[in-house]
Amino acid sequence: MATMPVRKMFEYDFMRTAFMAGGVVAIVAGAVGYFLVLRNLAFAGHALSHVGFAGATGSVLLGIGALWGLLAFTLAAAVAMGVLGDRLRNRDVAVGVILSLALGFGVLFLYLYTASATEATAILFGNLLAVSRDTLWGLLAMAAIGLLGLALIARPLLFATLSPELAEAKGVPLRLVSVLFLAIVAVAVAEAAQVVGVLLVFALMVGPAAAAQRLATRLYWGVALSVILALAETWGGIALAYATDWPTTFWIVLLSCLVYFLSLMKSLSIWHRDHNGSESTSTHPISQKQGAS
Amino acid sequence: MDAVAARRARPRAGALDGQAIDFDRVTIARGGRTVLGDISLAIRPGEFVAILGPNGAGKTTLLQAVLGLLQPIAGDIRIFGTKPRRASRAAGYLPQQRMAVAELPLRGWDFVASALNGERWGLPLIGGNGRRQVDQALETVAAGALAARSLCELSGGELQRLLLAQALLGRPKLLLLDEPLISLDPHFQQAVVALVKEIQQSCGMTVLFTAHDLNPLLGAVDRVLYLGNGKAALGVVDEVITGDVLSALYRMPIEVLRVNGRILVVAGHGPVETEAHRHDAYGQDAHGHDARPQNV
Repeated sequence: MATMPVRKMFEYDFMRTAFMAGGVVAIVAGAVGYFLVLRNLAFAGHALSHVGFAGATGSVLLGIGALWGLLAFTLAAAVAMGVLGDRLRNRDVAVGVILSLALGFGVLFLYLYTASATEATAILFGNLLAVSRDTLWGLLAMAAIGLLGLALIARPLLFATLSPELAEAKGVPLRLVSVLFLAIVAVAVAEAAQVVGVLLVFALMVGPAAAAQRLATRLYWGVALSVILALAETWGGIALAYATDWPTTFWIVLLSCLVYFLSLMKSLSIWHRDHNGSESTSTHPISQKQGAS
Repeated sequence: MDAVAARRARPRAGALDGQAIDFDRVTIARGGRTVLGDISLAIRPGEFVAILGPNGAGKTTLLQAVLGLLQPIAGDIRIFGTKPRRASRAAGYLPQQRMAVAELPLRGWDFVASALNGERWGLPLIGGNGRRQVDQALETVAAGALAARSLCELSGGELQRLLLAQALLGRPKLLLLDEPLISLDPHFQQAVVALVKEIQQSCGMTVLFTAHDLNPLLGAVDRVLYLGNGKAALGVVDEVITGDVLSALYRMPIEVLRVNGRILVVAGHGPVETEAHRHDAYGQDAHGHDARPQNV
């Protein structure tokens, strides 16, 4: 029976840790990712992770854990992005230049560190199976802070995302909400980088969220589905890696893409229905009424 | 202040209860440029006022000043007797439509509900009372059927009704609508105007409605506020849309021609804009407002 290898899989301590770490990260990435996609900031998440690469390699050079350098750099970049705000919009070139600079420094730090390439590969592509118990506690603490922060700002964040002008008129501090959210994104990116690496954070933070938005039209179902998909893709990826001995990251990214493309098919069918003309059915009942005077 | 007491005030009580909106020699600048200069005007509670004027005349600026988003550099603004401030619950606001939302697969109900107490921190949980408020707002704009559909499936007119529902949450006594007719077919323009008129009359709301073209609004408006060159002219249609008033406003000769029930506004060099005023749709204002071309 298939239960035997599954039980054997959980006998290994590193596998149990990997499942726990992956689960914690997937919950944060799924929840934060939903709002990231809703705000049309998918690229910002990607950019943050690249800036984080310099932080991760730099802290390895200094002998501190890569997670903390990564977190420090993503947080700093997130706050800068949030403060610059609109001035950064449509500045793809400027953002791109900063990104390549960050990656360049990452390469320099790696060169100076002169140790094995394993560390570099782990930062770039993740190494979930090597997560230590200590790192797991760090991930848990960051997850708690990230989710708590998201719960605190979720309401004005949603309002500011969907109706920015109205939200401003109603007294929502748009800039503050934006900075706080990007700081939460930075925490989530630092977490996701532990699982899939800085280069593939997109797969965990954007893939499940984008698919969930296409599959569920209610806010809460969407967030829940995003978390469930992220969890399923991460755990599925770990199990497939165990069965095949191929990298966990490969399987997670593959599952993420598969789910996303499946969700695209569903929304394509909606598009077709939409173009069969819903306009005619929406005639307003009182449209014929003239103003009484 | 006493927002509740003011909300209970009789909608068409007139001068006894004071003005809904009172501008006293107000000057507003934006980016160093004076957009509105030394403007005075008063709008009574329960009035439906169309704000007209060319691009950049200050229509949106005026609404933002009423909302407290812009501070005048001179003069005094009073909204129901108090200074305008952000986060006021007295005003419902429909900003110029942003099409970014129109591509989201989120359903209409959740979109409208996001504006309910959206300024409070915490999770966007909506209790039974909140649910009723959202349902009621959707019912008021006859958008109950749109609630279950995704925003990306809706037409421009349907989306406009959801935005109106958002503006109506919390039952404001003042409704500020910024170009709600833009990019709508004439058929849907009429529907939106009729809907706003219906809400204004049944809820006794004061409505400020900016537009490029007066034509779709003719049967509904009580008065017209025409902006141009930093100045304003307020009055009933026949008194404001005249050669004398518009010439003074633009400081150039402008003629208003009436041909076969249509009104054509012509400047020295040619037509400024064409306004097909159908006079069968226009009822003379019942309150006998005097035209007050101001500061011209």
